[in-house]
Amino acid sequence: MRLGLVAVPVAFFGLFFAYPVAAIVVRGLKVDGVWQFGRLWEVLGESDIRHVLWFTTWQALASTVLTLLIALPGAYVFARFDFPGKQVLRAVVTVPFVLPTVVVGTAFLALVGRGGLLDELWGIRLDTTVWAILLAHVFFNYAVVVRTVGGLWSQLDPRQEEAARMLGASPLKAWRRVTLPALAPAVAAAALMVFLFTFTSFGVVQILGGPTFSTLEVEIYRQTSEIFDLSTAAVLTIIQFLAVGAILAVHAWTVRRRESALRLVDASVTARRPRGAGQWALLAGVLAVVVVLLLLPLAVLVQRSLDAPDFGYYRALTSADGGVFLVAPIEAIGNSLQYAVVATLIAVLIGGLAAAALTRRDAGRFVRGFDALLMLPLGVSAVTVGFGFLIALDEPPLDLRSTWILVPLAQALVGVPFVVRTMLPVLRAVDQRLREAASVLGASPWRVWREVDLPMVRRALLIAAGFAFAVSLGEFGATVFIARPDNPTLPVAVARLLGRAGELNYGQAMALSTVLMVVCAVALLVLERLRTDRTGEF
Amino acid sequence: MSITKKATVVAVGFGLVALPALAACGSSDSDGGSGSGAGSKTVTLVSHDSWAVSKSVLAAFEKQSGYQVKVLEDGDAGQAVNKAILTKDNPQGDVFFGVDNTLLSRALDNELFQSYEAKGSDLILPEYRADEDKHRVTPIDTGDICVNYDKAYFSEHKLTPPASFDDLIKPQYKNLLVTENASTSSPGLGFLLGTAAKYGDDGWQDYWKKLKANGVKVVDGWEQAYNEEFSGSAGGKKAKADRPLVVSYASSPPAEVIYADPKPTTAPTGVATGTCFRQVEYAGLLSNAANAEGGKALLDFMLTKTFQDDMPLNMFVYPVREAAQVPPEFMKYGPLAKNPEIMDPAKIADNRDDWVKSWTSLVLK
Amino acid sequence: MAKSPHGPQSPQSPQSLLSLEGATVRFDGRAALDAVDLDVAEHEIVCVLGPSGSGKSTLLRAVAGLQPLDAGRVSLDGRDQAGVPAHKRGVGLMFQDHQLFPQRDVGGNVAFGTRMHGASKSEQVDRVRELLDLVGLPGAARRAVASLSGGEQQRVALARALAPRPRLLMLDEPLGQLDRSLRERLVVELRELFGRLGTTVLAVTHDQGEAFALADRVVVMRDGRIAQTGTPLQVWQRPVDEFVARFLGFDNVVRGTVVGEAADTPWGKLPVGEGAAQGTRTLLVRPAGVRLVAADAGLRCTVAARTFKGTHVAVHLQPEDAPRLEAACALRDAPEVGDAVGVEFDATEIVVLD
Repeated sequence: MRLGLVAVPVAFFGLFFAYPVAAIVVRGLKVDGVWQFGRLWEVLGESDIRHVLWFTTWQALASTVLTLLIALPGAYVFARFDFPGKQVLRAVVTVPFVLPTVVVGTAFLALVGRGGLLDELWGIRLDTTVWAILLAHVFFNYAVVVRTVGGLWSQLDPRQEEAARMLGASPLKAWRRVTLPALAPAVAAAALMVFLFTFTSFGVVQILGGPTFSTLEVEIYRQTSEIFDLSTAAVLTIIQFLAVGAILAVHAWTVRRRESALRLVDASVTARRPRGAGQWALLAGVLAVVVVLLLLPLAVLVQRSLDAPDFGYYRALTSADGGVFLVAPIEAIGNSLQYAVVATLIAVLIGGLAAAALTRRDAGRFVRGFDALLMLPLGVSAVTVGFGFLIALDEPPLDLRSTWILVPLAQALVGVPFVVRTMLPVLRAVDQRLREAASVLGASPWRVWREVDLPMVRRALLIAAGFAFAVSLGEFGATVFIARPDNPTLPVAVARLLGRAGELNYGQAMALSTVLMVVCAVALLVLERLRTDRTGEF
Repeated sequence: MSITKKATVVAVGFGLVALPALAACGSSDSDGGSGSGAGSKTVTLVSHDSWAVSKSVLAAFEKQSGYQVKVLEDGDAGQAVNKAILTKDNPQGDVFFGVDNTLLSRALDNELFQSYEAKGSDLILPEYRADEDKHRVTPIDTGDICVNYDKAYFSEHKLTPPASFDDLIKPQYKNLLVTENASTSSPGLGFLLGTAAKYGDDGWQDYWKKLKANGVKVVDGWEQAYNEEFSGSAGGKKAKADRPLVVSYASSPPAEVIYADPKPTTAPTGVATGTCFRQVEYAGLLSNAANAEGGKALLDFMLTKTFQDDMPLNMFVYPVREAAQVPPEFMKYGPLAKNPEIMDPAKIADNRDDWVKSWTSLVLK
Repeated sequence: MAKSPHGPQSPQSPQSLLSLEGATVRFDGRAALDAVDLDVAEHEIVCVLGPSGSGKSTLLRAVAGLQPLDAGRVSLDGRDQAGVPAHKRGVGLMFQDHQLFPQRDVGGNVAFGTRMHGASKSEQVDRVRELLDLVGLPGAARRAVASLSGGEQQRVALARALAPRPRLLMLDEPLGQLDRSLRERLVVELRELFGRLGTTVLAVTHDQGEAFALADRVVVMRDGRIAQTGTPLQVWQRPVDEFVARFLGFDNVVRGTVVGEAADTPWGKLPVGEGAAQGTRTLLVRPAGVRLVAADAGLRCTVAARTFKGTHVAVHLQPEDAPRLEAACALRDAPEVGDAVGVEFDATEIVVLD
């Protein structure tokens, strides 16, 4: 049974991830049938590459620290305070996380670039500095911290802190001695996720960093896609793979510690209206940060999309005469939704099976290793996967290169980790004896899953599906290679419009971005309504 | 077989069945990739994401030739070439369009194409012809990579826009130019090659030192340069961009007119005609094309007057065939330069990588 | 370790519904179930009694098919159950904490088993009504599980286990979480119910009162092995060894040398009746056999403590130079703490254990 559950995800990742990535790495490292392992030292010896490694690491560390500093108060406010519009706001702060970076880079410049808010107010321009990258990383990962830490925080029993107060601890001391230790594993897990996302940052660094700042991920893209130096790209891919593997190992370890017994209560009982000037000030501060750092860049997109009379850019989306596409850009919405639905189905199927296999109490070391393995697609460059698809999946029966299924397959690779992360905590919380009770009453293993597990994880499953959906909707890196001119996706259409001169093209790009944002936000808002008590890590 | 094992088989079976089942439920009319065999009625064109053609023109070809045309867009120009090379043993299509003179050697050295002299090759203007002994590639379109200027800025500041490479290093144009990374961007590379053609193998580095001292800004791609940094573009205006000079195309000003509503009577931007580098894009029959006959027909079609006339307003390029029509907006706002810098593809091939490397350490470090 | 006083039963005996032979389960090398032989006849109610960790829950799980055996076999109706998964064994198991399905209502819980066995909708409805009547919760089918009290949950769990008509019903600490009065009432109800239905029952509990009240036969387990089997009376009257005696709550256990009809112990000479085993033995003195007399007669003790037990008072006595003794006496006869008393012994309440 366990083997069966594991077999499908293993086959999926083997076929659509490990095999293509290995193929492209081998292509780079094996010249005329001879392994070029010497390249490893050569590449590592180049001062440019060492500089990239160094920059990748320190910017990720700095971004992580900055994100935690800015987002932890937000996590607290979202966890413990009740205020009007909280649900909508929580959905909105998650929008950047799933927006394609092409769009976000543009929007973010409106905050830190010339003529941006900081420029207007204090004459500060950050667009050519590393600060732009760091702040954009905060913008992207704010939701990760708010959701991971805030999710747990809202369920911590406040009575434990109160008990410490009764024993004579000051409020600060009670927080440090009781709440912080309980929260620490969640903070550590969130920090590691942020570190992972920023370590492999691509679009933000490419757009805001310019040619001077480069992460491993950007360098892999340049070496593969532009310079066509596959051996350097292969070495960098291996380095990044090892680094990400190490990060994931640490993450898996903290997650396991996080699942230690904590006294959890229903989130709805811990939140209340803020009291006193201090709490109101905290709430106001957090809201101000959210408005400036997250809403303002998003609002700029909307404003620019409306910068023509009578919704001109939106109306232009409906006509196909632009020449950029064979179809009206508005049809990209339909394409995107279709791809996202299929990708979501695949992600839920694969992720669900994997989560079910990982839940089993007798899951051995092998299976637990698989847990971490499922996260690896988040750490491998989309261009590596895309190129790998091209040279690996080119023979029947797996000649998928030019079939549309490749798009949702690539998107599902990114969606699966979200599904697993969301479902696993819930599935692990289901009492094994409940399944045994059903089994003794005559339910086969499949029926046990359907009758016991499914009703319990239904909401988590919906949330997972929503995330996979939103992530698929925003996926750009792999999609851009495979989407066809007669059915571009939203991010691809945006990129293509931005790639042309002319006001209408630019305006339509902004309008489509706004549409994408709204679709994302609506999907997330629906999720908010479905939030379960244990939502997992995202 | 025990019940547990049966469940296993069912689960695996479900997984395997699920993917094709999903594949079947989509809206797309996709068929199995490059499965177009000899005599097939489908011909597949692999290109970059700037490929565009009028529906009616393509339909006319399909009707007249009897072939269905399938188009695959494989990223930007550089990516598309690289991917075509990676897959040359089992290509994704029959014809590749979109390798330009800056990357031509990469394609030819990797034996991407097979020989075919397209019908109408004799009508190609002589200056665009290449590889004439083997006919592995056919020139399809051309265009100039030139510095564009923001007319409003220069009239406001009562400044004459620069006209040549030499002008760009003059102090009155300090901190005004934005260009693209030559190692990652096609116009960026074109501009570098233009300076190399102008100042020679030894002189260009000196020129770039001066350009750097004059405050040239380098960004990674054309999108950022044009939409975010260049004050003359629609995006740049909204972003309050402050660089009135950008490395772009000669066809960018016409685009600013055509893609505007209402259309202005004059283009907001102009071209510094002494800063142009001539780019030619080629197409070719892929080495292991499954439908070589169809590919040949498609190549022939791309040289027809119909296609060459249709091309400018779709891809913002100029035709290479004599007597093909150039739209009036092009003639008015972005005519091809009279004396562009040109460089022999063989010379580009010999020097490109070294120059880009030196350029990177000279300008970016 | 003592053998069952009844001797080994024939594992193949046709009337035994359940039969375990050498059933062994190991966790990390430690045997949780160590070569257990056990038979349960049709319509019999067997109660496995033992402290926590004695392997009694493992025994149930092994029979249910939730825990694979490392050695030995489990047979139902004479058929070896190796390789038969839990859902095909046709046994019922009521879990210690009930494990009702939280997302289903009472009716959904009770109907679950019959539904799994393919019963029609109307059959399910009928069966649910029938069983809820049986367990004393008529009309509760639409109630939410979360709204039930502990006793009601226990009844629903029982109804759910009974609904698919299992050939063997197993109960894991069936009354464990309930308060005492409810427990005492329910145990009587259960015994009546099982008698009426003719259900074959294998229950485990750590509570001897529950076991004695419920069972036709009691099996005492220790460290994964069976220490004693017998009727409640047999086990109560003649615990087979010191472990069983102490587990049953007897603390007056002492080593002594039996010679003829008397045993020499730290408490002096105890009468042991005719035909007692001779030599160095362990003796059990039931509290009822400790008679209090005047301070100047018998064994001289001081009253160390007294506990009110409802029907009687347990008096803890401290002799000079000997282990403590417990005596049971009527409330009005009970001495005060600190009183000096004399003690004499009744031969009928003294058991020579081994």
